Amino acid sequence: MQGIVPLLVVLPLVVAFGIVILVQVRVLRGLPVILACFAMLANLIVSLCLLGVQVDPIFVGGWGPAKTLGIQLTCDGMAKLMLVTINLVAFASVLFATSYIRRFTKPWLFYSLFLLMTGAMNAVVLAGDLFNLFVFLEVAAIASYALVAFGCESEELEASFKYLVLGSVGSVFILMGVAILYSLTGHLNMAMVHEALRALREAGPVGPAVLLAAAALIAGLALKAAMVPFHAWLPDAHPSAPAPISAMLSGVLIKASGVYALARIVFSVLGAQSEYAVILISLGAASMVIGALLSIGQWDFKRLLAYSSISQVGYVVLAIGVAAHVVSGPEPNRAAAGLCLFGGLFHLFNHAAFKSLLFLSSGSIEQQSGTRMLKEMGGLTRRMPVTSFCCRIGAMSIAGVPPFNGFFSKLIIVVALAMAGYVWLSALAVAVAVVTLLIFVKVQRYVLEGEPGPKVAAAREAPAMMCVGLVILAVVCVASGLAMVFLREQLFDPASSALLDTAKTITMGATP
Amino acid sequence: MMTQGMSLIVKNTAKLVTGFIAVFGIYIAMTGHLSPGGGFAGGVILAAAAVLVILAFGRRGAKGLITDAQCHAWDGAGALAFAVVALCGYFSGQFFVNFIPRGKVHDLASGGMIPLANLAILVKVGAGLAGAFLALAAFRRLGMGKVA
Amino acid sequence: MGIAIYLLTFAVLLVGLYAIVAKKNIVKIIVGVLILDYAVNMLLVLIGYRRGGGAPILSRGQAPGELARTAVDPLPQAMVLTSIVIGLGLTALMVALALRLYDKYHTFDMKEIRKLRG
Repeated sequence: MQGIVPLLVVLPLVVAFGIVILVQVRVLRGLPVILACFAMLANLIVSLCLLGVQVDPIFVGGWGPAKTLGIQLTCDGMAKLMLVTINLVAFASVLFATSYIRRFTKPWLFYSLFLLMTGAMNAVVLAGDLFNLFVFLEVAAIASYALVAFGCESEELEASFKYLVLGSVGSVFILMGVAILYSLTGHLNMAMVHEALRALREAGPVGPAVLLAAAALIAGLALKAAMVPFHAWLPDAHPSAPAPISAMLSGVLIKASGVYALARIVFSVLGAQSEYAVILISLGAASMVIGALLSIGQWDFKRLLAYSSISQVGYVVLAIGVAAHVVSGPEPNRAAAGLCLFGGLFHLFNHAAFKSLLFLSSGSIEQQSGTRMLKEMGGLTRRMPVTSFCCRIGAMSIAGVPPFNGFFSKLIIVVALAMAGYVWLSALAVAVAVVTLLIFVKVQRYVLEGEPGPKVAAAREAPAMMCVGLVILAVVCVASGLAMVFLREQLFDPASSALLDTAKTITMGATP
Repeated sequence: MMTQGMSLIVKNTAKLVTGFIAVFGIYIAMTGHLSPGGGFAGGVILAAAAVLVILAFGRRGAKGLITDAQCHAWDGAGALAFAVVALCGYFSGQFFVNFIPRGKVHDLASGGMIPLANLAILVKVGAGLAGAFLALAAFRRLGMGKVA
Repeated sequence: MGIAIYLLTFAVLLVGLYAIVAKKNIVKIIVGVLILDYAVNMLLVLIGYRRGGGAPILSRGQAPGELARTAVDPLPQAMVLTSIVIGLGLTALMVALALRLYDKYHTFDMKEIRKLRG
């Protein structure tokens, strides 16, 4: 089973380039769609099968633990959780895209770039050393810049250019952080850097170089995760992209390349110190509040969803920051930290499910009725029953209505913050949850109920493949709320213990 | 002007020199494990030869030699060849492990699977950069626009 | 000599950031992103430097152990090669986007390319 882990990355890449060749032969024009869907399905099945299997660290090229220069792939609990999330959302999005992409002139290019982005995101979460993380972060980012500009309308090009410039500034800071860490410790492997930094900390007070490296890394990754001082690219890029790409960007890219990498670097590389935890807490709290406040006045459906993405990802980063702060104190309360991490990671998974569901349903509405503005929609429950049912499930999940999954994850975050002693942050989380509820009540009232406006009067139900993608994500939203205890044992407890007990998981197998 | 090419002197010089540039690029890629260079540098030089042909003969004039479909096809083929080299590592146990017996040091055949990977990257980068230049050359001549 | 070189790479990084933030022409912003990229590449190459070391290429008759003792660190050079390739891909994409933006808006000025608001 272990040898199959690199195939999670290689299969999408091979199919992506295979599509480029196959399209040159005129007879095989219909093949890229089928290949893309099968590749994503195979990825999803492999990542689900890996859940119960213990995977040792894989050293690429056979350069074992004695030589510290090789690339390492680690598939611990956190990586398995992210793999399931990424491949699930990618499968639903590619099914949705089979009929949404027919409006563009080169659908094969879309599938090729989509597979590149997914393969690179899989490699980011499997990365065991810093430079491999950076390289595949860049590959996924470049593929996403091209995908945001796919329609080549003037708004999409402008949004993609802004996203590109800001994203490359973030990447430059990440590389600067990696360079400084390499020059301090002489290793690139995450486990060995952790050991070397711990030795440096025990030898004396930590010098400014580690703080500079940490600041550069956290700034670059916060830009990738669209945290509040660095969020300026997200409200332009996510609405302008085609709907399946908005779902992928908001659902998994800001999480795999932003939040996952932040959690991995703060817990497993730098070590959870109180300085880094305070930074994460402030970034998370600011994003949570400002994202929710900015999305109140939006009348463009996709722009509203983009701003609320900032807010929900702020919840996740806040929970991770509080867990790091609890662990770094003089008497670490491991139960409270574990609960914080469970809440944060559960909310990450849930947000991937319901936010991509909402973006896909907005794409379906846009295709059928031609508008994205809330004031022009209305009465869609009668005209588009499947889409509006799934949209209602998504809106209730994000608003935190029981028994959907959003309610459980927000409740766990609020309780865990209070248990860890941060009562003000807990109250802030409850207030933002109420604001989110109000925003999505407004969305439901304008989109689903009321009288249809003149533009949507002629709307019919979306094609079958688009509804299949929506239904898959809606089922996940409902099921993960009800099966929370089962999911906790299988997915989230291994993930949080992978982050908290770093010494046991990204092991090299040989003490340096 | 972009489509008609340059003057007769440039065209004749390009005809003489392009072959040597391409061979030099392939040489740098093949000896990547012995001296600086490797697949990427060789690919850039090969693409420079293609760019020279496009500039000298114009986009329409070079259409017999360098087309969009050919660039796409060689691009994909180079990437697939690299993936095949990596997957052949499974013959020796793991992903991306060397599976060719290593020769003596300083020999041409001494790098294991590295020269094969270098040649795959040469094809991919050369075709990719030539295709990118071809796509950019499709825009008509632009004015300066407003500057700041 | 030691710290001045590193300060120089940070100065180049600041020049790149200034070009991205303060300039209005798209082409100048693209050049700013390139300068930023190359500043970090320079920092990476400088990190691997060893005083009095030679290039990490095994010449005829040299023992590998002796090379490992005297050569500069080759790992940052491998990282820089990868980073240069990434920068090349990014440049191609940026230039293509700038050309298409000119097609749509007929100007390279960022102040005019502002349809997205709110």
